[in-house]
Amino acid sequence: MGAKGEIDPTSGKNRTTVERKSERELVVTRRFNAPARIVFEAWTKPELLKRWWAPKSFGVSFLSCEADVRTGGTYRFVFRHAASEQPMEFFGRYIEVTPHSRLVWTNDEGGEGGAVTTVTFEERGGETLVVMHDLYPSKEALDAAIASGSTCGFSETFEQLDELLVTLSTSVGRS
Amino acid sequence: MGTAESTCIEMGLICGKAASSAARSASPCICQSVRYILNHMVQYTKARLDASFAALSDATRRGVLEQLGRADASITDLAEKFHMTLTGMKKHVGVLEQAGLVTTKKVGRVRTCKLGPRRLAEETAWIEEYRQLWTSRFDELDRVVEELKQKERVDGRKRRD
Repeated sequence: MGAKGEIDPTSGKNRTTVERKSERELVVTRRFNAPARIVFEAWTKPELLKRWWAPKSFGVSFLSCEADVRTGGTYRFVFRHAASEQPMEFFGRYIEVTPHSRLVWTNDEGGEGGAVTTVTFEERGGETLVVMHDLYPSKEALDAAIASGSTCGFSETFEQLDELLVTLSTSVGRS
Repeated sequence: MGTAESTCIEMGLICGKAASSAARSASPCICQSVRYILNHMVQYTKARLDASFAALSDATRRGVLEQLGRADASITDLAEKFHMTLTGMKKHVGVLEQAGLVTTKKVGRVRTCKLGPRRLAEETAWIEEYRQLWTSRFDELDRVVEELKQKERVDGRKRRD
């Protein structure tokens, strides 16, 4: 994992890093060449959020983007994807909104097992380091979310892996 | 169908062989997958995840993988490095080995460990896919941020004028 906020030599852009901190957490970091108040604004005004949250290169677009960004406020994002007739909805509640420094929200579309996302904005020398942290309530919650996301069936490799896991869990159980 | 399928592949989905037929019928597979791409991109299969977690849930085992990423080592070396008994280290290496993350080979009296063929490739691939999504998002966010900065400069000048 590279240092936080380093420049990507190929694109010359600030590098995005992703790290799995534990079986329950994922951490994403990125530096922005702007003060925290500006970056924060882009995360908290729906009309701005809308312009970057659904990247064009992923073939998704917003059908609607509602976000009442204040403590206790809710959000609801509806996306459309070319390959799907059914729109996709994401919703939750803002648990904490501290201007220019911290955002915390829930991800409720998956029910109980949704992650809590914390985003911090640290300004240093006119630049802002954004750290996004997804915390799942338990290993089981993350496992469940993942299992329901893989309805496409397993490739051979994964079936083999399944067999391995059976062996693994039996042997661990024995020791 | 090309579009849907290539999008699916581009997004690094785990559909595997199911991808092409799924794309043809625009089945819930893609919908689900897109959902998960967006929803924290947790497109691991359960098996893949279980394997990684079982093996990686332990700090010592993560340390061993890190160590083996630098250089192959014998169980004795590893035991010393992690201040453990030989038996303890053998157990850890056993778990890693069964998950396909480490392979061992006995030469004479020494058992040498190295990263397995599966290594952390799947883990890394998944992290990379997730990173790609955020990179795309943040590159667009850069544009928004630049605009806001410009606007602030212009507004600032106006106020001064």
